[in-house]
Amino acid sequence: MIQHHLILRVVTKLLVGTIIVFALYVQFHGDFSPGGGFQAGVIMAVAFIIYGIVFGLEKVKQVFPAWIVHKMVALGVLIYAGTGVVSMFLGYDYLDYGAFSPHHPTHGQHWGLLIVEFGVGVTVTGVMVAIYYAFAGRPPAISDEDW
Amino acid sequence: MSELFDLRFLADHAHYFLFIVLMMTGLYIVVDKTNLVKKIVGLNIFQVSVFMFYISIGKVSGGTAPILPMDDKFHVDTEAMAGIAYSNPLPHVLILTAIVVGIATTSLGLALIVRIREAFDTIDEEDITHIEQDMTREDNAKHGNAMGGMA
Amino acid sequence: MAVEPHTVEHTARTLMDHLPVLQVLIPFCTGPIIVFLGSRRLAWPLAFVASALSLIVSLMLLWQVKDGGYIAYTLGGWEPPLGIEYRIDAANAFVLMLISLIGTITLPYALISVADEIKRRDHTLFYACWMLCFTGLLGMVATADAFNVFVFLEISSLSTYVLVAMGADRDRRALTAAYDYLIMGTIGATFFVIGLGMIYMATGTLNMADIADRLADQGANRTVRSGFAFVIVGMGLKIAMFPLHLWLPKAYVFAPSAVTVFLAATATKAAIYVMLRFTFSVYRPEFTYATNTLEMIFLPLAVIAMFSASFVAAFQTNFKRMLAYSSVAQIGYILLGVAILNETGLTAGIVHLFNHGITKALMFMGVGAFVLRAGGSFYAQIAGLGRQMPLTGAALVIGGLSLIGVPGTAGFISKWYLVQAAFERAPDNPMYLAIAVSVVLSSLLAVVYVWRAFEAMYLMAPATDIRAKEAPLLMLVPMWVLAIACIWFGIDTDLIAGAAAQAAAGLFEGSQGMLEMKGAVH
Repeated sequence: MIQHHLILRVVTKLLVGTIIVFALYVQFHGDFSPGGGFQAGVIMAVAFIIYGIVFGLEKVKQVFPAWIVHKMVALGVLIYAGTGVVSMFLGYDYLDYGAFSPHHPTHGQHWGLLIVEFGVGVTVTGVMVAIYYAFAGRPPAISDEDW
Repeated sequence: MSELFDLRFLADHAHYFLFIVLMMTGLYIVVDKTNLVKKIVGLNIFQVSVFMFYISIGKVSGGTAPILPMDDKFHVDTEAMAGIAYSNPLPHVLILTAIVVGIATTSLGLALIVRIREAFDTIDEEDITHIEQDMTREDNAKHGNAMGGMA
Repeated sequence: MAVEPHTVEHTARTLMDHLPVLQVLIPFCTGPIIVFLGSRRLAWPLAFVASALSLIVSLMLLWQVKDGGYIAYTLGGWEPPLGIEYRIDAANAFVLMLISLIGTITLPYALISVADEIKRRDHTLFYACWMLCFTGLLGMVATADAFNVFVFLEISSLSTYVLVAMGADRDRRALTAAYDYLIMGTIGATFFVIGLGMIYMATGTLNMADIADRLADQGANRTVRSGFAFVIVGMGLKIAMFPLHLWLPKAYVFAPSAVTVFLAATATKAAIYVMLRFTFSVYRPEFTYATNTLEMIFLPLAVIAMFSASFVAAFQTNFKRMLAYSSVAQIGYILLGVAILNETGLTAGIVHLFNHGITKALMFMGVGAFVLRAGGSFYAQIAGLGRQMPLTGAALVIGGLSLIGVPGTAGFISKWYLVQAAFERAPDNPMYLAIAVSVVLSSLLAVVYVWRAFEAMYLMAPATDIRAKEAPLLMLVPMWVLAIACIWFGIDTDLIAGAAAQAAAGLFEGSQGMLEMKGAVH
């Protein structure tokens, strides 16, 4: 294992946690301030990608295995679509969040948005990490030792 | 025709000129470059020009970011809201979607390039065309004699 | 401002009210479910059930709107024009029916063909992509929101690129075919978005009916016109309208057989529907620039496409490539019908949309069966296979006759309507007589290219001594369903022509406007 880049490795270890916390902040404040699933998902993925860049693909795959990433991509979409399906079963239009709190449509919309944005966040995290895995996992044309 | 040379007119429509210049730059790169990665970059510039176009039409003069002011209980503060002009948020939302589509297109294009490089050992369009022409010639030599070599 | 608890008026929706969204939602959910379960055995059954369900939904929708009128559905309970609206009328119910029909019929065929042509580990993702492509096509037809069309267009396009690239297991040229398609398709879609941006600038709305109302109020101006031009060029790329068709032959030839069947029968058709919607409902034919575009640009291009693509097809040595060029020519017929600009012409276009869909699906299925048995689709490889695989051969003959437009097959009906539409316009303008003649002449070219395939199938000596087995039952059944449909719709014309005439009448009326919208669900 390569043991140089000491500063990078220390800073990365410090940063990863902060990035994840920031992603969660952006995620759950998305319904009434700037933010939401897209941005949070990308920030969350950045935490894993930076870990992968500095410590290597194998290390990050131990933390976040590829099969979980693939399931996450599908799961997020299902959470989003499922929210709409639930509102359909409650007798409302597809994705009408009013269904979750019939006497208080605004509250229902808060709930609905929270769940839907969570779904978006899960998918975007999954997709971004999956793209990184897919490209980084390809065998390079010139291996590192050939330089 | 004189209005075309009116500086005021030009300044008012500057974003359209920028949009067109960027768009044409992108399209030119897509058409002209033979390197597949550069084509994707050109495609990106082309798409970004459209994003800029959309965002510029959402601007309301004097308008601020379309975030509703909240009071300390996270309810919309209607008093603070009065008298504030907001930019039109709809084009921004549309472009958020289009950006996601753009990312998907870019990564799919790059993934195809990776596969193309593994299969053809080059990412230059002209080289690939030569290889494909050779393959077609081989095919024809092997199978093209159908219909008495008329093909 | 706190909201006090209060009773909100609400009538519960029933399953029937949800049909428009179910049409898109069922395949949309199935794609991720397939990926989530990750089971190779479950992927195909799930995809098939979803397609069959959406076929049932589309038939129910078509039944409800076949006599005119429309069904509106608001997503998320937001009233249009603010919210996204799905609006089903005769025209898009018809196209939805075509897409889900082809999707359902192609899947049983795909099972064996895909197992033969694609690596086992990719099967799950293949069917997930297939479902997404299906969703995108259905969505762009069902929606009444202009930007939503773009989103669904991109869902279908992106999954199409992947599906085409999956042909790389057989031939590496599938990768460059997919790449070329990606570049062209993205340029097309981006042009479409630029057009929408200009329309949005001029009207401030994205709901198609609302745009139509506001355009009618403000008349023509430069923004609106350039928006129209961008939308038409963008969609033209997706349709493979004659000079913009360069991506099509390569993509069709190198894609896996099942994908080619599906794409040839549905992808261009959905894009044609969107173009019809924009030229007839959003922009009205009353706008002279819209009419002029159709008459001055579409008409000549359609005629050129009919001849040049048929001519090129006649010189091909590869059955699949011949059919791909023939597709370009047939799209010419559809656009010709539209560009004749009367109701019969539009009916002819829509009828041909359907008839070409089933005919081309049948032809590509037959070729796929040959590829399965002979390993390729060059005429030299399929030589004599028509005799060795009599059932596949006979189905292909029916498809070929329908492609030419022999009386008694579906292809004849659409050409009949086309010629009739041209004659209707002929008293004012003798040019249309020439167009009627050109339809017949280009059909003769079709005889040439279809004959070459028949000759290879039946008259040439087989390439190898090994006798090819008949295609498996799961491939024969879809083929024969389509072959019987080709004959059925060539004899019983009322069903398709009636639905198409209703669709054409609906499109010609233009949009039904926003005001009638309130409580329009019937």
